[in-house]
Amino acid sequence: MDYFAVVLLEILYMIAFLALTSAGLAVVFGMMRVINLAHGEFVMVGGYTTIACYRAGIDLWFAMLVVAPLVVGVLGLIIERLVIRHLYGRMIDTMLATWGLSLLIVGLVTLIFGNSAVSVQAPISSYEIGQYQMGGYNLFIIAVAALLMIVLWLVMRFTRLGLVARGAMQNRDVAASLGYNPGRIYMWTFTVGAALSGLAGGVLAPLTGLLPSVGSSYIAKAFITVITGGAAIITGTLSSSLLFGTVNQIVSFASMPVVGEIAMLTLAIILLRLMPQGITGRFFKNSA
Amino acid sequence: MSVSRRQFLGSLSSVALGSMLPVADSLAQGAPIKVGSVLDNSGNLDIYGKPMVMATTLAVEEINAAGGLLGRKLQPIQYDTQSDIALYTKFAQQLVRQDKVDVVHGGITSASREAIRQTFTRANTLYFYNVLYEGGVCDRNIVVTGSTPAQAVEPIMDVAMKQWGKKVYILAADYNYGQITAKWIAHYAKERGGSVAKTDFFALDVSDFGSTIAKIQQEKPSFVISALVGGAHMSFYRQWAASGMNKKIPLASTTFGVGNEHLALSPAEGDGILIAGNYSQESTDAANKDFLARWSKRFNDTKIVHEIAVSQYQGIMLWAECVRKAGSLKREDMLKAIESGVSIVGPGGTVTIDPKTHHAALDIKVMEVKNQKLTVKSTVKQRPPLDTARYCDLQKNPKENKQFEVNV
Repeated sequence: MDYFAVVLLEILYMIAFLALTSAGLAVVFGMMRVINLAHGEFVMVGGYTTIACYRAGIDLWFAMLVVAPLVVGVLGLIIERLVIRHLYGRMIDTMLATWGLSLLIVGLVTLIFGNSAVSVQAPISSYEIGQYQMGGYNLFIIAVAALLMIVLWLVMRFTRLGLVARGAMQNRDVAASLGYNPGRIYMWTFTVGAALSGLAGGVLAPLTGLLPSVGSSYIAKAFITVITGGAAIITGTLSSSLLFGTVNQIVSFASMPVVGEIAMLTLAIILLRLMPQGITGRFFKNSA
Repeated sequence: MSVSRRQFLGSLSSVALGSMLPVADSLAQGAPIKVGSVLDNSGNLDIYGKPMVMATTLAVEEINAAGGLLGRKLQPIQYDTQSDIALYTKFAQQLVRQDKVDVVHGGITSASREAIRQTFTRANTLYFYNVLYEGGVCDRNIVVTGSTPAQAVEPIMDVAMKQWGKKVYILAADYNYGQITAKWIAHYAKERGGSVAKTDFFALDVSDFGSTIAKIQQEKPSFVISALVGGAHMSFYRQWAASGMNKKIPLASTTFGVGNEHLALSPAEGDGILIAGNYSQESTDAANKDFLARWSKRFNDTKIVHEIAVSQYQGIMLWAECVRKAGSLKREDMLKAIESGVSIVGPGGTVTIDPKTHHAALDIKVMEVKNQKLTVKSTVKQRPPLDTARYCDLQKNPKENKQFEVNV
């Protein structure tokens, strides 16, 4: 019984991890049809920002929840103005450009922080379920992911901002004809997407050893989660995170983590063969 | 002031000529001995490679300051392989054909070593591989000065099983090093009347260990031993501590500390981890203290000195000792010197080349992480490379050229 609870919590954690790390990519892909291959590096910069702030004596919570998203958001804004906006509608070119950007960011971070792993201790202590010790910080990650999804949904569903965003998503020309500048909307979308990646990097920093090259391990999982989820930001991310997180962890528990990852990737291939437009291309078509 | 292109090129070439003067100087007393090296000074593996490159520089400079070898200066020829296997083959060819070096010290991962080993063997260019690895290479042209699993695993299993008990849970990186090391761990556990609860392998990019940590708790082993490798696997130690397990089940490792992992973990997370290896900065040996003082004089920061940087330094010093003993750089003379049981005292202790396997007998220290330092608990002197010695006898079969898969 205790073991069952442990497995369940690990599944929840994996779902939260996937949702959190893919949210930024999903927002940008869903709204702008831009695949940002520097997404993993945004997450990585969020982590480094958190650790740099923490070392400078800033409160860890403030650093990960406020400073990291802000810094990466501004980074995203700059990149959008300098690079991305010239490449709208050219998906392959954007992928190439953002991939180049990712290399640049890795190089810069290496230059500043060096190439050895840095980390910060988890600020929440462990707790017990029966005879099992569990990381308390994992619960915080689950809470942040849940909160993030709820806030995203509320904004998209009930605010004027969300309405405009959804409008631009469905048809940018109509949105433009109604007086909303699509360029401006895209600029803020990219910034928000980057900020979400920064948030993910910040809150995940205490759970991993951070290296400048760590971005590549985030982008792979985020990429398949977003593509399998399809264009709808919230439903898409949630449905694919749910599916992949559950499959990955159940298989990991039954055999070992490597097989868990293989199962997840195999499932992604099968899903994309059956639903090339992603899960939300087939089901929940009118969701946000 | 305006400078024409011609003037500029003129002054540039005179600067270049000026900087070549020391080389011309050494030519006067005989051509320099060329010491080639191929190491990852950038890219993913530079955490290992950079200190190794520095160790190479230090060793060569020290030998030169002491008058060189055979009355000739050493000339280092260093290529940065950028953590790219393709560059290893390319630069190995270049060292052999173009630079015509007298010896090569280099290679970090086992994959990189196997990519270049045959090039040097075919060209009869002596090759020193100075990194701990999975064991089994049997080739008269190569000298291995790093430790192999049989050297480090048995001492740590001795201490761990005596301290903690007989049920072992093994975690290892999923490639030849981890797979083979895991076999040795199981072997030594069973030899001591212990049992293996479970063995889990992890691809190098796995960074979530939640399910594994839960499974470990279900098995309730006496202790966990890890042969995890690289940046992503660092996460295991953090998640282990975050779940509070570091207070409940003790942890030992054959790899921890090689990439300076103990500096990345806070004392609360890292304290108590048991490790085994050839080198600790905390060693109070005079040779080590002296070495760290020289390093800090040359590069300021000694923080990044790790086991394989020391291993590289010891490899070059060992080679220099062979040259002195041989009195020439001729292949036959050098091989005779190498197989004479030559020995040096380095920062990690005494290093002796075993004539049968061309591997090194090393002092292995069992250490405990304490306050981000590797405190030495006990030392096993002159531990021989038993794993490779099971299969490899270069005295009997000098023509042997393969890597044996150690099977226990």
